[in-house]
Amino acid sequence: MTNSIAELEKDAKAIFLIGTNTTENHPVIGYKIRKNVRENGAKLIVADPRKIELAEIADVYMRFKPGTDVALINGMINVIISEGLLDQEFVDQRTEGYEDVAASIAKYTPEYVSTITGVPAEDIKKAARIYAEAEAAAVCYAMGVTQHSTGTDNVKSICNLALVTGNLGKPGSGVNPLRGQNNVQGACDMGALPVVLTAYQKVVDEPVRQKFETAWKVDKLPDKNGLTLTDAINKAYDGELKGLLVIGENPMLSDPDLHHVEEALNKLEFLMVQDIFLTETAEKADVVFPGVTFAEKDGTFSNTERRVQRVRQAISSLGNAKQDWEIICELSNRLGYPMKYSSPGEIFEEIRTVTPSYAGISYDRIEATGLHWPCPTEEHPGTPILHKEKFNRGLGLFHVVEYIGPAEHPDNEYPFILTTGRQLYHYHTGTMTRRSSALEEHKPYNEVEIHPNTASRMGIVEGEFVKLSTRRGSIELRAKLTDILEENVVFTTFHYKEAAANLLTLSEPLDPVAKIPPYKVCAANLEKI
Amino acid sequence: MINVTINGKEIQVPRGTMLLEACRQAGADIPTFCHDPHLQLAGSCRMCVVEAKGRWNLLASCVMPAENGMEIETESPSVVEARKIILELLLARHDLSCHTCERDGDCRLQDYCYRYGVKESRFAGEIIHFSKEDPNPFIERDYDKCIMCTKCVRVCKEITGAEAINVKDRGHHAAISTAFDGNLADSTCVFCGQCIMVCPVGALTSKVSMGKGKPYQVEKVLTTCTYCGTGCTLELNVKDDTVVGVSSNRDERYSPVNQGALCVKGRFGWDFIHAEDRLTTPLIRKNGELQPASWDEALDFAAAKLKQIKEASGPDALAMFASARITNEENYLAQKFMRAVIGTNNVDHCARL
Amino acid sequence: MAEEKRIILEYADQINPENAGEYIKVGGYKGLEKARAMSRKDVIEEVKKSGLRGRGGAGFPAGLKWSFVPEAPVKYVVCNLDEGEPGTYKDRIICQKNAQAVLEGMAICGTAIDSTKGYIYCRGEYPYVVDLLNKAIDSAKEAGVLGDFDIEVRMGAGAYVCGEETALIESIEGNRGEPRFKPPFPGVEGLWGVPTIVNNVETFAALPYILSNGGEWFAGIGAPKYPGTKILTLTGDVNNATYFEVPTDYNLRDVIYTLGGGIKNGKKFKAVQVGGTSGAFIPEQNLNTPIDFDSMSAIGAALGSGAVLVLDETRDIVDVVTRIAKFFEHESCGKCNPCREGTFRAFELMEIINDGLGNAGDLDTLKILGRVMKNASFCGLGQAAPIPIQSTLQHFEHEYKRKFL
Ligand SMILES: Cc1cc2nc3c(=O)[nH]c(=O)nc-3n(C[C@H](O)[C@H](O)[C@H](O)COP(=O)(O)O)c2cc1C
Ligand code: SF4
Ligand code: SF4
Ligand code: SF4
Ligand code: SF4
Repeated sequence: MTNSIAELEKDAKAIFLIGTNTTENHPVIGYKIRKNVRENGAKLIVADPRKIELAEIADVYMRFKPGTDVALINGMINVIISEGLLDQEFVDQRTEGYEDVAASIAKYTPEYVSTITGVPAEDIKKAARIYAEAEAAAVCYAMGVTQHSTGTDNVKSICNLALVTGNLGKPGSGVNPLRGQNNVQGACDMGALPVVLTAYQKVVDEPVRQKFETAWKVDKLPDKNGLTLTDAINKAYDGELKGLLVIGENPMLSDPDLHHVEEALNKLEFLMVQDIFLTETAEKADVVFPGVTFAEKDGTFSNTERRVQRVRQAISSLGNAKQDWEIICELSNRLGYPMKYSSPGEIFEEIRTVTPSYAGISYDRIEATGLHWPCPTEEHPGTPILHKEKFNRGLGLFHVVEYIGPAEHPDNEYPFILTTGRQLYHYHTGTMTRRSSALEEHKPYNEVEIHPNTASRMGIVEGEFVKLSTRRGSIELRAKLTDILEENVVFTTFHYKEAAANLLTLSEPLDPVAKIPPYKVCAANLEKI
Repeated sequence: MINVTINGKEIQVPRGTMLLEACRQAGADIPTFCHDPHLQLAGSCRMCVVEAKGRWNLLASCVMPAENGMEIETESPSVVEARKIILELLLARHDLSCHTCERDGDCRLQDYCYRYGVKESRFAGEIIHFSKEDPNPFIERDYDKCIMCTKCVRVCKEITGAEAINVKDRGHHAAISTAFDGNLADSTCVFCGQCIMVCPVGALTSKVSMGKGKPYQVEKVLTTCTYCGTGCTLELNVKDDTVVGVSSNRDERYSPVNQGALCVKGRFGWDFIHAEDRLTTPLIRKNGELQPASWDEALDFAAAKLKQIKEASGPDALAMFASARITNEENYLAQKFMRAVIGTNNVDHCARL
Repeated sequence: MAEEKRIILEYADQINPENAGEYIKVGGYKGLEKARAMSRKDVIEEVKKSGLRGRGGAGFPAGLKWSFVPEAPVKYVVCNLDEGEPGTYKDRIICQKNAQAVLEGMAICGTAIDSTKGYIYCRGEYPYVVDLLNKAIDSAKEAGVLGDFDIEVRMGAGAYVCGEETALIESIEGNRGEPRFKPPFPGVEGLWGVPTIVNNVETFAALPYILSNGGEWFAGIGAPKYPGTKILTLTGDVNNATYFEVPTDYNLRDVIYTLGGGIKNGKKFKAVQVGGTSGAFIPEQNLNTPIDFDSMSAIGAALGSGAVLVLDETRDIVDVVTRIAKFFEHESCGKCNPCREGTFRAFELMEIINDGLGNAGDLDTLKILGRVMKNASFCGLGQAAPIPIQSTLQHFEHEYKRKFL
């Protein structure tokens, strides 16, 4: 997030939610948004293929066809430009590339966009006006925006929207991705990415490597970009990748097109898994290390608003389980590179020395309240709002983004659009929530949401098992009738291994930049059994 | 600034300060059931009444702004009399079963009865009983212990925004209920448990924690939630080296993101920690089966394999998936391991999934 | 010889209350016309000068209340016609005899505080009064006398506590009829959060006469500290149980014996309850007290709404008070502890005593409970609910003790 969570409750005068079912996936942020709308009269725009809970209190709700995000946002920008609602001063002084975007946007009239997205032109105009005219407007988005073959484009178009209206760098504004997992932000910050080291320092940069080579006392660090998760799976499938180490992930459930993943893992020479449960992935491993839960460890998580907060050990490691950091150290020691730390605190001290944005953060400083990075020095108060005076690169760069339709379209054989996501009571692949007695008791099985008209046409009743299939596979799960989605759209979650949605989803085409698979949209068929 | 005299002590407070705040500033300990600094004022429990010179009735200090020159007594005979009688009135309808109560030791009704020496109620009479039946796995609703402070109603509306519960009926029959007097599961309740958090007595408690430890038996460890990216802080309640519950700290300093508010996963999704099928020992695949092994055995095996692949096929034949679930420290070490030890940039995690 | 003095009810049954024209013929809407020609401040001054105090029970000076209203873009005038007090019907009578005066009074208030919207909150049991008022409003609008002042009638929720001004506001807003804490007073933050003046029907009805005849004229009538007239509704064991409009220095004995024609069937007087259900029971020795607010307070009673209930010697005081206790147990809204639990337990105790199962300890419990309810309840209902018990324990304790077996 460029801005902080608290601003969504207090400072934002308009909030635009796209592709985030906030009250289910980020409930506490959902509470705050609702509070702002109800108590302070903040305006709310919701764009989502499903009429999610917050749509009920929205000033404008836009139900758009899955995968048409770019068109929708370009449509809003078109209205803003044509109605003169742009922040000219901001565009002039703080951005570049506007002219090209303005030219490319001309054809995305609300009327044209309406034919692509299915959203009435009037609503697009209304949404654009609310967003542009607010003193401070924030956009929040989540996986609904990024999990597409055009995910990066979607995000760029959102940035364009914020740039034309000057909604960056001030309280209550911003481009705010709501991160799905507790420490996605931190994992990225720490360089658990194939192209960057900590704090997004590029592996291809010689000086960066030199710095780390010195710090880590190694001769030479690898200088070419590594494989992304999805590339790695493909390489394993092709037999080029021989060994895979998996720490606390479950690609056998979370990754798209699970059959493909399974075959890929089968081909590996060596699979090492470190986890708290014998996950579907661990079951395939050659060696499994028992790690510990958050309750058993010390350390830090960085949340979606870049706030670094403490995790504290509450109980001792269960049984023979070892601290995850100790396992890595032990391996390293055996491979001839001694890693000696006495505690996570000591590791954090090392992190600070090589991570400029974390340099000013220490366990002492975040004993009570966490700090927002960048926090370059011990005296620095942290940075809840990014891009205040200038952007990292100086001027904010507009990107021309053209609408490209989703990869797979419904046809006679697969007439429905399937979109996937989460629900309130479970989390991710369910490893933890499905072992939490109350959550599991409350929501023990997966459901596919079907519009009542579709259901009655097909003779499907509430709670009945149906078969949901795509070109990649099929699952059987219960029908849930709801008119929050359109008649040709169905929705399900990926929390349940016995009805794993990712058996159905597409692994390709990946978003060309972020390499995100297009979970959110694929063609599907529904059958009564 | 205005001057008020509290128990003979003169203090200055800004105009608009409530008497409760002023009294506390002057060091007076004012009991309250319905007051909550994060919620709209109710002024209904009347425990916070104080005596102001020249007033015919007692003033509820939580909703009464201090006025210049006021002279306040916080424990005068009529104040104490009122508090005692209110406590006795509440006890008269209360299922006083402290010995088995989840809130024994952390209960305002207990505390205030102790403080004012209220052993029993002089009002013996009819007790209205409420059904505890509410088939949901999260929240035990025992309105035989409810003192009608309405904090649950307010937190549900004002913080969570669910508006699942409200006061039904009037007078002595008034009770907390869902819209059609039904089960929580059939209401707009999202099982955030904020109502449990604010309940000053044992009327609302967690079914998941039930019987696992009384408040004074548990240690509370402040940490950060393991689920979504919001980063709510919460407290793990620990007894005998076991997590037995989750509570939350509402102080902005310790809970800057969520001020104590949580969602159903954070508040009730913790017992996986002690799930029976937790991995507690290393496993190695032998004859196609994963079999328990010692740490040394497993580590040696893994190290040998890594070395072998690296030597045979080069470092780029190895890759690691780190995790959005583990800590910064662990992710840092993981990528350092791949880069510095193995010599590849093949490290990623499921950020995008 | 003490006599009725009719101001509000002067033309009762002589004009059609629905018809603005008939009211205008007898001098109606002169006061409003005058007010409109004056500055807002002067209108308030005039009302202050009249000494008019609220007729809904609390006796708060009307002009003073208006003067606290801050500037705001929207303000409301609310007429309290909830009249939930058993035995009280004077507000209904005022509407049925002189509805136009109520409308005019509200418009005068609107002029004084700069409001263009009024609501009349009418007791649920008075649907025919709602009809009457709507017709009266239409007629006044047709006659063009209300100008830009609009009046809407809202039907009450049928709870006694909704007569309390803040509960009334909650009820108009569509919420549960529970009182709000004060401050902020409705005059500052009332209906939908904006300044709102709530006055009783009788208070509004007096205003046209004050404006047309001058505040000083009004101040000269009745008791100096609670000037004007008061409409009383006399019920119980009297020969002439009806309503009267009397100057406020009129005393209780005259109400019962002169206007009321004395006790029915030649029986003896036992007690009189003044001010409605929550009023105090007054024994023979205090009958010479004038009915005005302060004189009543001095003997531990309250004029309240002006209901006067007379009991003859045969009445069982404890039984009467038990029924009253049941009324409050039923009418407590349940918001605050002392009243919700207190009215319930008070009724239980009264029943026990009335059934002959009580003892001296129960009387002590009632006394202490009454004190706490009065001291610590949230609103006037709980504060006043114990008064009937307390006043009878004070003057008629022997009747309680007689019940003990
Ligand atoms: C329980 C309770 C019931 C009340 N009922 C009435 C009522 O029926 N009519 C009324 O005018 N005032 C009633 N009041 C008084 C109002 O709160 C308020 O004081 C009054 O409407 C103000 O108008 P006034 O100043 O003209 O008297 C009641 C007060 C309480 C505490
Ligand atoms: S709620 Fe408090 S007083 Fe009641 S039983 Fe529990 S501990 Fe005892
Ligand atoms: S659990 Fe949350 S939503 Fe449900 S009643 Fe309690 S506060 Fe409301
Ligand atoms: S359930 Fe608890 S929080 Fe709710 S009103 Fe009763 S005592 Fe208060
Ligand atoms: S005194 Fe009675 S009527 Fe008034 S708020 Fe309390 S419970 Fe409700």
